[in-house]
Amino acid sequence: MSIGLAHLNCRELVELVTAYLEGDLSYGERKRFDAHLAACDGCTTYVEQMRSTIALTGTLRVDDVSPEAEEALRHAFREWKAH
Amino acid sequence: MSQILSPQDAKLVERLRAGDEEAFMELIRSLNPSLLRVARMFVPTAALAEDVVQETWVAVLNGIDRFEGRSSLKTWIFRILTNTAKTRGERERRSVPFSSLDTEQGGFEPAVERSRFTGSGHWAVLPRAWPEDRLLAAETLSVLERAIERLPPSQRAVVTLRDVEGWTADEVRNALELSETNQRVLLHRGRAKVRRALEQYLSEEP
Repeated sequence: MSIGLAHLNCRELVELVTAYLEGDLSYGERKRFDAHLAACDGCTTYVEQMRSTIALTGTLRVDDVSPEAEEALRHAFREWKAH
Repeated sequence: MSQILSPQDAKLVERLRAGDEEAFMELIRSLNPSLLRVARMFVPTAALAEDVVQETWVAVLNGIDRFEGRSSLKTWIFRILTNTAKTRGERERRSVPFSSLDTEQGGFEPAVERSRFTGSGHWAVLPRAWPEDRLLAAETLSVLERAIERLPPSQRAVVTLRDVEGWTADEVRNALELSETNQRVLLHRGRAKVRRALEQYLSEEP
């Protein structure tokens, strides 16, 4: 996960996006990441797209439990309780 | 019970021990879908995953009196699930979770196709900003949903728990017994594929 001291190119940056968004980069790495972003439209757009992807994923609904599964588990519970 | 248990968990455990069916159903509604997805990391079919989850719930009921609260209730339930699923996965001799996890991590999987970069690692073709209006369209959401469905099971489980259900990295690591790095790698690869699917779709003419 360490980055060369001087250069961080676009191809390397995209591999660090998750660590960046998770707050897992060291202070120095983060500074280099931000410095690259400030000078690079492509990577700025990329990070924006990644944020949009995450935000959009967050709008998906969590699946419901199927009625069959719920019924089976209710049954299992009653069996358990009876013993 | 030690202090790690939240008041909500303590209450739920108490109700379960007292045989409160609604407490059990509440727990099922909140955890069952995640349990199914995680089970799929270990067994080859959805039907087997359902068996594993059912077996897990029975084990939860049978073990609730012995639950000591040294982890959260959720973590404890997922531990039971992963143990049950691993046993089942081995019995099926088909899909073994952490070997498939290893394969997923084996080769380096770039987040963005190599062809998008020049030899010196700069964008050859710049990513284009996504049109706001299309981003929120129902069609885009179904593209997103399908992209998540197509992820390898471990990436799908991590992306869903983190980004759909909003679990923290630590919760996911504990529940799935993943190292910090593995959790992040699975999340990174999963999200990167989902972004690519969206990019592909949004670059087509509407």
